[in-house]
Amino acid sequence: MPRAFTPKVITSNRLLEGDAVWFTTQNTWSGDIQDAEFLTDEAHADLRLLEANAQNGIIVGAYLADAKMGEDGPEPTHFREEFRTRGPSNYAHGKQVEKV
Amino acid sequence: MYKYNDFDEAFVRERVSQFRGQVERRINGSLTEDEFKPLRLMNGLYLQLHAYMLRVAVPYGTLNSAQMDRLAHLAETYDKGYGHFTTRQNIQYNWPELKDVPNMLSDLADVGMHAIQTSGNCIRNVTADHFAGAAADEIADPRPVAELLRQWSTDHPEFQFMPRKFKIAITGSENDRAVIKAHDIGLRVRDRDGVRGYEVIVGGGLGRTPMIGKVINDFLPEADLLPYLEAIVSVWNRLGRRDNKYKARIKITVHEHGIDEIRRLVDERFAEIRPAFTGVDQDMLREIEAQFKAPDFKTASTDGYEAARLANPAFRSWTDTNLTEHRAEGYAIVSISIKKHGATPGDATADQMRVMAELARKYGHDELRISHEQNVIIPHVHKSDLPALYADLRAADLATANIGLASDMIVCPGMDYCALATARSIPIAQQISTRVEELDMEHDIGALKLKISGCINACGHHHVGHIGILGLDRAGVENYQITLGGDATETAAIGERAGPGFSADDIVPAIERLITGYIGLRADADETFLEAYRRLGAAPFKAILYPEAKANAA
Repeated sequence: MPRAFTPKVITSNRLLEGDAVWFTTQNTWSGDIQDAEFLTDEAHADLRLLEANAQNGIIVGAYLADAKMGEDGPEPTHFREEFRTRGPSNYAHGKQVEKV
Repeated sequence: MYKYNDFDEAFVRERVSQFRGQVERRINGSLTEDEFKPLRLMNGLYLQLHAYMLRVAVPYGTLNSAQMDRLAHLAETYDKGYGHFTTRQNIQYNWPELKDVPNMLSDLADVGMHAIQTSGNCIRNVTADHFAGAAADEIADPRPVAELLRQWSTDHPEFQFMPRKFKIAITGSENDRAVIKAHDIGLRVRDRDGVRGYEVIVGGGLGRTPMIGKVINDFLPEADLLPYLEAIVSVWNRLGRRDNKYKARIKITVHEHGIDEIRRLVDERFAEIRPAFTGVDQDMLREIEAQFKAPDFKTASTDGYEAARLANPAFRSWTDTNLTEHRAEGYAIVSISIKKHGATPGDATADQMRVMAELARKYGHDELRISHEQNVIIPHVHKSDLPALYADLRAADLATANIGLASDMIVCPGMDYCALATARSIPIAQQISTRVEELDMEHDIGALKLKISGCINACGHHHVGHIGILGLDRAGVENYQITLGGDATETAAIGERAGPGFSADDIVPAIERLITGYIGLRADADETFLEAYRRLGAAPFKAILYPEAKANAA
């Protein structure tokens, strides 16, 4: 049996700054995962990924990342994706201090 | 030190201007990422988890003060005020913006630096003993040859499409401080009855398939070096596995074909190409050697130094750990620890870089080195200048006395920065070094090489740590495997996996058990961790790491 589709968000890095961004329902990119479109249907997610990657001039290499729905919007489920929402753990640099 | 000639200068400037154009075309949409990526990698620019990362080459780890000052300038102007010294004697900037990178490269070119051969499937920057030109045990300074290899390898027409990256390391001493047995090619300068030559080791490497290199030639005459290396790379370029990137490195080629067959093929290729090398390369080497002439060492009394040692216990402790014997009378090699307890291994602020540059200018004949162990070396300091130098280091928070001890760890950036990482390395290192300081035992524990990698690619050299830690992703949770008994020196060995991994919470207590438990196992205070491990085998160390397994078996 094929594995059940788990919910996803589309994420990437901005071309100019390189920081992590998430794809919204408005076809824009947000620095906050909570603004991301929450994708629960596999076919729709694949289509949205094509549309996201078409924005090659804004971002670099979009991909689908596992997510879950929290109180204020999507949240990461894997620690790697969680770090991307926050920044490094050794300094107060990145998103943890540069709130969008 | 090597000074760029007109050719080098024009070459580096041309690359900066090409890259400036490439960045412009990427930003204006003329280049896709697929087209741009190989171009940016050729200039050391990666895209990591949170930002771009620029890896700047410090060829064979040698810098002058003006270059160190320029690294500080880059940290301050284009980054967040610091830089990270790496296990390949490079420096990485973690936060540049794409549009600034051409300016960074241009600023580097002003002081004869660049980011070429720090990425991609090329012959990477040649690394060397960080005590080169200063060590008492040295047969010859390996840096002129490293520079010759740099000139030979940059844009070599035959090696533009290799199966994978290729790393060369060289040492001029019996004592291997450059991990030559874990490189694609390792070179050791030899002297046989007054004749200069090289031991050539091939097929070493770490990563997912760690291998200790094998001797392909135990004495290669000096003049044969370039054609012989060209023959090795050429044979691998033809045989190397392009079908599978995990089997593409020369260590796999040597393993699959056997060292004898590789030697036969290399000899065959060497015979073919040797006549084309007419000796021009040796003339060039002589010119390069002249540029690496030792500084004019001074003579002065060391009485003040000895008196300061007696008067100041902190200074004495620092001199005990952070100095290495120099070949010149009255001189010492100073290792500046970039491993303050609790701090990020290898990170120096712009201010600290400037202090180190100034110290090298004032007391060190204008020379600095970066070690693969992520420390900074001032290779030539007269002992009479050490008390003043130490005072300045203290003021800059650079006087940690821990070189070669438990907290002097090699640590890769791990998942705090690296897109390839499977777990974090830095916070584990910070916790271990903080704990080591609390225990106040590391001077008693003595020589210990602890090395941490945040993924199987082993940038943190964990395989060759006396204690190695490998961070993995186990079902969505960070997990840390311990290896024991690795060795990065002339007696190189790959560490053995101790057993099941530990969680992020359990790994630091496990390391504490191991290093405190070793004290009870050693024959006497002089027996190092590695010696005790070699004498006793893994069993007693595993029993310390896994007390519950022992209890269950009883």
